[in-house]
Amino acid sequence: MDHTAGKPVDPRVLEAMMPFFTQQYGNPFSLHSWGNEARKAMEEARAKVISLIGAKRSEEVFFTSGGTESNNIAIKGTAYRNRDKGSHVVTTSIEHMSVMNPCKALMKEGFTATFVPVDKYGIVDANALEKAITDKTLLVSVMYANGEIGTMQPIKEIGEIVHRKGALFHVDAVAAAGQVPIDVEKENIDLMSISSNDIYGPRGAGALYVRTGTRIQPIIQGGGQERGLRSGTENIPAIVGFGKAAEMVQTEMQAEGEQLTRVRDRLIKRLLDSVPSSFLNGHPTQRLPNNANVRFSYIEGESLILSLDMLGIACSSGSACTSKTLEPSHVLLAIGLKHEEAHGSLLFTLGKQNNEEDADYVANALPDIVKRLRAMSPLTPKELRS
Amino acid sequence: MYSEKVMEHFRNPHNMGEIPDADGVGTVGNPVCGDLMTIYIKVKDNKLEDVKFKTFGCGAAIATSSMITDLAKGKTLEEALKISRGDVAENLGGLPPIKMHCSNLAADGLHAAIQDYLKKKGAESK
Repeated sequence: MDHTAGKPVDPRVLEAMMPFFTQQYGNPFSLHSWGNEARKAMEEARAKVISLIGAKRSEEVFFTSGGTESNNIAIKGTAYRNRDKGSHVVTTSIEHMSVMNPCKALMKEGFTATFVPVDKYGIVDANALEKAITDKTLLVSVMYANGEIGTMQPIKEIGEIVHRKGALFHVDAVAAAGQVPIDVEKENIDLMSISSNDIYGPRGAGALYVRTGTRIQPIIQGGGQERGLRSGTENIPAIVGFGKAAEMVQTEMQAEGEQLTRVRDRLIKRLLDSVPSSFLNGHPTQRLPNNANVRFSYIEGESLILSLDMLGIACSSGSACTSKTLEPSHVLLAIGLKHEEAHGSLLFTLGKQNNEEDADYVANALPDIVKRLRAMSPLTPKELRS
Repeated sequence: MYSEKVMEHFRNPHNMGEIPDADGVGTVGNPVCGDLMTIYIKVKDNKLEDVKFKTFGCGAAIATSSMITDLAKGKTLEEALKISRGDVAENLGGLPPIKMHCSNLAADGLHAAIQDYLKKKGAESK
């Protein structure tokens, strides 16, 4: 139940990819028939991604190596290209590091950035966002949904504000794509990042949607692939797999979403009911179908993960002890949790093979684990010790 | 990530609990950082007759707490004060580098408990 960290490639995706490793290994740049074959496969994949996100034109989708690269191109590429118009970017305090860090990097290059706060559920403060946009603002970047606390933003409404104020609107939809329907046209999105692995495609592929007429420049220069925005020989097997995954997820999203929402709500309810001093992180309903993030007071997340791992349950935590930086998750701090509260958070991200039985297995195991760790903890109040 | 020895102590920690009439108590760490450790000692004839711990923290924090109680029990106070963070890590078959500083607090906790005992004893004899 740690599908945000990695999802299995769907066997149908793998099957679609296989010929492109050993038989149809052409380079779309080549003029001969092998090249044609590769080019055709790539354009078919592009059409499937376009269909998934409601884009209108094939020129609007650019393949990249994944969500991180798409976010980097969207933020730096628009900032550099529109420098004549402004020097300010607006984003939120709960973005993925691949949005946060490019914004911080821009600040070292003479740009300014505003990180708009969120409420206790992780919903962006629309008023603060509107006030943050000035005549110097060239780009606003808001994630569709947060992969850690599951909270989904009112993207369409935010897009209206951004456009009314005359800025470009980028949406990091890596966590949301394939889980909930997205329509770039209706939702006022100018640029959008998605990743292949998050929709059961292979790692190493992603896409950036760029609305026609949006001024952007490349970050990676070279042979001019992807119409100059992303040079480098195309990863055809991964792109073909990404396309296949996009096609599948478009037809299967609704059923999977309903199933995961049932499993998610059962898991959350059973955990909150059976463990005292446990709380849901994120919004109760404006929430990704696959996301359950629960925190347990007085104990620490890594101990929980190790204990669950012994029972064959995989999940993650916002605890500092599980991060490379020894800082708790910036998302949990942004929704107002104290450091010690953030440490006790457990994140379950469901995949399509998870069912109610899995939820029950976790919900049956966790109360004893929490009890054991609380018995060890000097923070546990007396009434929870036995 | 962790050695088998660390996991063994995490699964079945030794000497977990409080000593209600402890002769010395040492608390180190900070819940804000994710680790808080309390070591309790019982002293008889200048020796650590009993050592127990309570810990909030990661796998390494719990395993090092358990290990320090094993290492310290039966030692004289002078011997126990010589037990270092390095000794604890070594006896656990090593710790991941990132955990060496943040979670390897058990030796400090033991030393703090002994100092507490010595301070109380000094106050009594005055």
